[in-house]
Amino acid sequence: MKTSDRNTSWASRRRFLIETAALAGTLGTGLPLSVRPASATAESMRAAIRKVVGDAPVKKGKVKLDMPPLIENGNAVAMTVSVDSPMTPDDYVEAIHVFTEKNPQPNVMEIHLGPRAGRASVATRIRLADSQKVTAIARMKDGSFWSDEIEVIVTLAACLEVF
Amino acid sequence: MARALINVPAKAKRGDLIEIKALISHEMETGFRPDSTGKLLPRDIITDFVCKYNGEEIFRAVLYPAISANPFFSFTTVATESGTISFEWSGDNGFAATETAKITVE
Repeated sequence: MKTSDRNTSWASRRRFLIETAALAGTLGTGLPLSVRPASATAESMRAAIRKVVGDAPVKKGKVKLDMPPLIENGNAVAMTVSVDSPMTPDDYVEAIHVFTEKNPQPNVMEIHLGPRAGRASVATRIRLADSQKVTAIARMKDGSFWSDEIEVIVTLAACLEVF
Repeated sequence: MARALINVPAKAKRGDLIEIKALISHEMETGFRPDSTGKLLPRDIITDFVCKYNGEEIFRAVLYPAISANPFFSFTTVATESGTISFEWSGDNGFAATETAKITVE
């Protein structure tokens, strides 16, 4: 077998494995699939982010989104967002927004802070409907936007239980 | 009346960074969950949370259905003066709750 052939077969094998895994994941969520509402897609997350930041560029850095990478129960996931800022009257974090990619709605929360906070750090508990990307965006006093994102795996999804 | 749990240090030194924790009991029904007949349960969530230090807003949150049941927030502020720290929650179906805590700053 030529090397190129081998590469192709490995590539397709890899793709097969990934697709099988994805399919298994879909089946794994099981029964409520038919009644499940439409999820926010990456597209709607982008739209929600655009609504907040407008045309301003969003830079990576300063923000730290802390969450366990492997989540057993998506109904209550501890999340901490902290932003590297001196929090002085001239230089502070005005707002922190959190978005998800595959929850039914992309918005998670928005926090409004001021220099009196002393430190830009907020902890809360959120719901995650699927394994997905979570993004936090901070708006500074000078109008710049900074972000951090994290990829998480959720084994038991929120919002699916039927009673 | 919803039950709220507040954690504010009773005493602090002027200029100290203090941590505030606030939790309130609330279902936070997302509006995306079907009942046994397949009909979606209507949304019933807390949408706003404000914390004020002697009347001045120091922290505000806008909540969406992705916030877990019994919303909990932990944040910080600088202890500036003795007085009252108040907490207000409001939401769907006219939900409103308030709670206060006293702080002594030396």
